[in-house]
Amino acid sequence: MSKYLVSAIQNIGHRVIEGIWRLGVGTRFFLLVLLKSGTSLRRFNLVIRELYFTGVLSLIIIVVSGLFVGMVLGLQGYETLQKYGSESAVGTLVALSLVRELGPVVAALLFASRAGSAITAEIGLMKATEQLAAMGLMAVDPVARVVAPRFWSGVISMPLLAAIFSVMGVFGGYLVTVVFIGVDQGTYWSQMQSAVDFHFDILNGFIKSCFFGVAITAIAVFEGYDAPPTAEGVSRATTRTVVTSSLVILGLDFILTAFMFRGVS
Amino acid sequence: MQRTTLDLWVGIFVIVGIGALMMLSLKVGNLNINSSTQSYVLTGHFENIGGLKVRAPVKSAGVVVGRVTNIQFNTQTYDAVVTMAMDSSFSFPKDTFASILTSGLLGEQYIGLSAGGDEVMLKDGDNIMKTNSAMVLEELIGRFLFNKASE
Amino acid sequence: MSSENLIEINDLNFSYSTRAILKGIHMTMPRGKVIAIMGGSGSGKTTLLRLISGEVKPSSGHVKFSGNIVHELSRDQLFKLRRKMGMLFQFGALFTDLSVFDNVAFQMREHTNLTESMIRDLVLMKLNAVGLRGAHHLMPNELSGGMARRVALARSIALDPMLIMYDEPFTGLDPISLSVIGNLIRRLTDTLGMTSIIVSHDVQKSLEIVDYVYFIADGVIAAEGTPADVLASTAPFVHQFIHGEEDGPVPFHYPAHSYRQDLDLGEVGV
Repeated sequence: MSKYLVSAIQNIGHRVIEGIWRLGVGTRFFLLVLLKSGTSLRRFNLVIRELYFTGVLSLIIIVVSGLFVGMVLGLQGYETLQKYGSESAVGTLVALSLVRELGPVVAALLFASRAGSAITAEIGLMKATEQLAAMGLMAVDPVARVVAPRFWSGVISMPLLAAIFSVMGVFGGYLVTVVFIGVDQGTYWSQMQSAVDFHFDILNGFIKSCFFGVAITAIAVFEGYDAPPTAEGVSRATTRTVVTSSLVILGLDFILTAFMFRGVS
Repeated sequence: MQRTTLDLWVGIFVIVGIGALMMLSLKVGNLNINSSTQSYVLTGHFENIGGLKVRAPVKSAGVVVGRVTNIQFNTQTYDAVVTMAMDSSFSFPKDTFASILTSGLLGEQYIGLSAGGDEVMLKDGDNIMKTNSAMVLEELIGRFLFNKASE
Repeated sequence: MSSENLIEINDLNFSYSTRAILKGIHMTMPRGKVIAIMGGSGSGKTTLLRLISGEVKPSSGHVKFSGNIVHELSRDQLFKLRRKMGMLFQFGALFTDLSVFDNVAFQMREHTNLTESMIRDLVLMKLNAVGLRGAHHLMPNELSGGMARRVALARSIALDPMLIMYDEPFTGLDPISLSVIGNLIRRLTDTLGMTSIIVSHDVQKSLEIVDYVYFIADGVIAAEGTPADVLASTAPFVHQFIHGEEDGPVPFHYPAHSYRQDLDLGEVGV
């Protein structure tokens, strides 16, 4: 029994040390990617190519989810606000929840599972099939040529996708409350406009999504590059990307929110 | 995939994304007063600001003409100094009256400006001389009881 | 000065932590020759290639590539040196997101300032050399194993290197593709005047096309010579390897306790 306990404690210790070690390796890799970003900024075509895969191909899921999240928000918000006779505030509710929280966070979660996992799998497979090694032997640095463009494409597309998500959500809320339920459309927009502030809501939401973009793609490229070059290794790395980045998004969201809205309202 | 088609799609994506950002800023958020460089600053001393918060609107005749950007406590005069960013398309006379009001019974508090008749207009950095503090329920009740007692 | 020898390997030692992989290797590889390095699995052949390309550093000794000691070069110098080397991986390692054309053009676009039209001509020439000019628009997943390896070969000769290293070029090919690849290696070496190093298990095919053979076993050179020498050799290891005998200097059994003991039969009374 005590032997079992000891091994369990050892296991925990091992995992913690392993985690800290990986964090160190990952951070070093992240800095390396930043250091070698010159090529992808000089040859922006490389980034544009990856933007297609991370951005354009994520559009459908972002647009559809944004629309539905907005519709549900409108419906639920209306049901609740109606009890207090303030259904006119439904526009405010939809817009504020989307712009401040749901837009950046849900879009980031979707982005992690759609684009982040794809990045990890692609880089992992390139490693497993010796493509990265071949590139190195052709005197082309794989971090500069393969990793950095993918990283930057993610950093660029994440805020754009979050904005598209929010707009679709506002539109979805409009569809449900104004078109279906019959809230006055002037009220919907004006209430929203008087409550949503550019600096505190929209800019902060935008900054959040930028942070999420960096975090997700940094995790995705690291997991891919670090994956054991086997089928099992790549599949595990892909799972880890989704799990780790989801947790990081939620944790980061709390920290950023605490910083941004501290002392204000 | 052909390079050109790919570029086209990425271009569309970026335009849609930036368009969404613009729409959020202009249509959803009221990107006008706070962020525009076209604003001037006024300050006002209030004995009591009640529940006034930073970002609260400054209204005149019900129209939003500025926003509260800062609230500080003055240790010399022991009152609150409220800084407001005013839309520069509106200017007010020197003897404008600023009071802290409440929208509705339970609504948020805002600063209401009622214009005076002075020829000279308030400039950037000026101080509003005439202010009226927020209503505080306890003071109201206290004053009411005091009045009753003195009758 | 070694104008004749492209590569000189001098008393090369390499070990992973405490496990010695290579022990005191001496080799010389003249220009314009095809050299085979043979040995059992795990005998350190691939490690030797990685030492030549500078991916790993030796524990002691050195590899000299056209006068430069590889492991003493800075990173930039090493990358410059690698442009003179080509490497053909076991399964080609083509870039799966690029077409055949773009794969071959890859190095030209990365390392030269050639115009697109010149690149196009060069790529088609390289593809023509491996007989796949007509396949330039295909994607790597549309190619057979043999074709993929020929494309990889075209890619590795893209910048006319001085040296090409082949890591198991014959593995998993049908006899026709195998002949095609073998003859291509020989022909390209002769026409381009480069040096080829083949690491292979495939004794028959290798001996047909190479000029010189090194056998590596347990980290040392067990035997060397021209194909004719090797075929005539009576050294037990070479004999076992060439004829693929099950038991010999390379034992069939992994070192173990006595069979009796492992089966727990005890030592007494049979």
